Amino acid sequence: MDYTTLLTIADSTVRLSIPLLCACLAGLWSERSGVVDIGLEGKMLAAAFAAGAAAHASSSAVLGLLAAIAVSMAFALVHGFAAISQRGNQIVSGVAINMLAAGLSAIIGNAWYGQGGRTPPVDGAARFGELVLPGAERLAAAPVLGPFYAEVVSGHSLLVYLALAAVPVTWFVLARTRFGLRLRAVGENPAAVDTAGISVAALRYAAVTICGALCGLGGAYLAIAQSAGFLPLMTAGKGFIALAALIFAKWRAWPALGACLLFGLLDAVAIRLQGVVVPGIGQVPVQAIQALPYVMTVVLLAGFIGRAVPPRASGIPYVKER
Amino acid sequence: MNAYGKTSAPAASAPAIELVGIDKRFGAVHANKAVHLTVERGSIHGIVGENGAGKSTLMSIVYGFYEADAGEIRVGGRPMAIRSSADAIRAGIGMVHQHFMLVEPLSVLDNVMLGAEGGALLEKGEAQARRELARLEREYNLVVDPDAIVGELSVGLQQRVEILKALYRGADILILDEPTAVLTPAEASALFSLLRALKEQGKTVILITHKLNEIMAVTDRVSVMRRGEMVATLPTAETSPPALAELMVGRRVLLRVEKKEHVPGDVALAVEGLSVVDERNCLRVADVSFAVRAGEIVGIAGVAGNGQSELLEAIAGMRRPTLGRIALDGRALDPAEHGPRTLRRLGLLHVPEDRLRTGLVPAFEAFESAALGFADDPAYGKGALFDRQAMVADLAAKMEAYDVRPRDPRLRTSKFSGGNQQKIVLAREIERDPRVLLVGQPTRGVDIGAIEFIHRRLVALRDAGVAILLVSVELEEIMSLSDRILVMCGGRITGERRPHETDERDLGLLMAGVTERAA
Repeated sequence: MDYTTLLTIADSTVRLSIPLLCACLAGLWSERSGVVDIGLEGKMLAAAFAAGAAAHASSSAVLGLLAAIAVSMAFALVHGFAAISQRGNQIVSGVAINMLAAGLSAIIGNAWYGQGGRTPPVDGAARFGELVLPGAERLAAAPVLGPFYAEVVSGHSLLVYLALAAVPVTWFVLARTRFGLRLRAVGENPAAVDTAGISVAALRYAAVTICGALCGLGGAYLAIAQSAGFLPLMTAGKGFIALAALIFAKWRAWPALGACLLFGLLDAVAIRLQGVVVPGIGQVPVQAIQALPYVMTVVLLAGFIGRAVPPRASGIPYVKER
Repeated sequence: MNAYGKTSAPAASAPAIELVGIDKRFGAVHANKAVHLTVERGSIHGIVGENGAGKSTLMSIVYGFYEADAGEIRVGGRPMAIRSSADAIRAGIGMVHQHFMLVEPLSVLDNVMLGAEGGALLEKGEAQARRELARLEREYNLVVDPDAIVGELSVGLQQRVEILKALYRGADILILDEPTAVLTPAEASALFSLLRALKEQGKTVILITHKLNEIMAVTDRVSVMRRGEMVATLPTAETSPPALAELMVGRRVLLRVEKKEHVPGDVALAVEGLSVVDERNCLRVADVSFAVRAGEIVGIAGVAGNGQSELLEAIAGMRRPTLGRIALDGRALDPAEHGPRTLRRLGLLHVPEDRLRTGLVPAFEAFESAALGFADDPAYGKGALFDRQAMVADLAAKMEAYDVRPRDPRLRTSKFSGGNQQKIVLAREIERDPRVLLVGQPTRGVDIGAIEFIHRRLVALRDAGVAILLVSVELEEIMSLSDRILVMCGGRITGERRPHETDERDLGLLMAGVTERAA
């Protein structure tokens, strides 16, 4: 395998891991506050549809992104209302969000555009184009690092850089700010937060809202950056893989980036391997290769990460005792 | 008007806290009935009462955890609207809850700062918190490493963190809810010296407890609650434990258990070299050997979490011992058949430590809970169907004998008070004529009146020739019931004593792991 191939794989690793990263960080915010969210998939899907529809209607990628974030936040607040205010079962609420998003996006898409649930293709200003970072063309000629900078670091859409920037921001806010300390505390022992005179509900609503915004970013990336329009079920389980990555990363921001890049790499390799003849086995069926990331997920989660202890209060509605 | 305004300095003579006509209902339960209480500034004020008397509810209202339906709270002479813990903290009230309000994976520093961070970024507040903790450490000798992870600290140190939290927020009034329940006697006396030091600094301390000797040892005044009402407030020097007990229960109570000299028979339960390793691969019970004879109560004392629970579970067949042998009536038990079912058949019965998790099913009706473990008794029905009438009648008779209230076998188990639930478990096990009875924490969360009953019942059983192994964290209970006392610390037996040859200090040393050889 030559260097150019490696660069291509690295480049598609970044592209493929971005939606995972958005969803994974979204889940991180929600679960660190004590709200389990298996509705990442649904929120991302709804956001992707909103991005496709709004970008098509307004011919503006930025408006598409804002619509995606708004719709995803709305779904997040529905989940928040069920989980925080009504103290409902968070798994059931998450499943409901997933089903609602899958159904609504298909039905509304078909009703509006009549293209089997797709939104009309968008391009130009209605998409997030690829940015060329300063100096990328000049440095491309430099040995080794030059092409890496030009191919892998440069040449992504704005949303990629936003998602990557969310990693240090998440880390910093959680580790170094008052809000972060309170959020970490509320996911472990909400009663301690309550008796310290802080509102448990307000903290958790803030967390699910951030979760919604990040899912919105991921959805917009899928529909109007990576693709040129919404396709039914285009999230293809990424919201669930993101949950696996979250466990793998033990609910921490930097490891979440690592986990998402690893899953992205598996995806990139799987695409690369399609149609390749492996010596001794022959041509590997496409399905087997596509299953690779999922197989790895099971293997990694089953044995390779050691004890992953979730935030202690996650999934448990807060009720004052007695 | 701003309730927190510094418009007028409080009069020097104003009480720290005055509660006027505090009333609170939870549905049908009238938890506080027009309660009045005055706590003098710079004093240690005890509040005693049975479980469910309303002490904790009252203090939760003062701390803003609940809002009273009626009544007024005055702090330093000024009426205050305390609607949340934040209000209480602003009014200078701090609370150390019975179940600590700590975030275990975070550091001591983070826990102390939570809610009082001093800015949106933590860095500046951290430096200030470190200085303040160092000052509190000097002033009250409250030594805790600020960078230690709270979950890794001992219970005594965790409590210290709770007190630091309150002091860091500038609390002038400190409420402690059952603070010694989890402490060794040495830790408890350290806590009391701290409370006295706080009092000397002019702080006000409210101590909620059910241990009358603590009230006598440390408080200036004591208030007694009974069934939601404040029945008396007295200077501690003018009262006595029997007088307080009578006020709490509303009738005379025998605090000491009357019992005859015991006549031990043959060894009924023998444990040899028993070791237990738990799920997390920790050695919880290390090479423990002892015997219990018929007609004898052997008490196991120790601070909670020192292997007593695991020892009890291993003997009861709920947990597989890693090493060692258990023999009943001289016959070694085959580990393969060593399960609760076999043991019941052989006459070893068990009153588990945690009645709500292992002793009963809270959602079941009482008569169903009372049949747990004996469901195949032919008296409860033949074949696949239960004879519910017979089961109800059986429990009704037991309720009569054990004075369980209310006497309703069809009431859901969780609706009974702790003492009555415990009586249901005791009745279920004792009425099966045990040869060996294992009893864990028989009076945890049980009122004084019921404690008296349970103690007398256990002594009667021992006089009838039953071998009883009693595990309790209440030293008084161990001392008054046991014929022999074994002390456990860190999974080992650190000493054996006869109750009349020992005292709390001596046992306390053994509970802290100071053995004769080391001394």
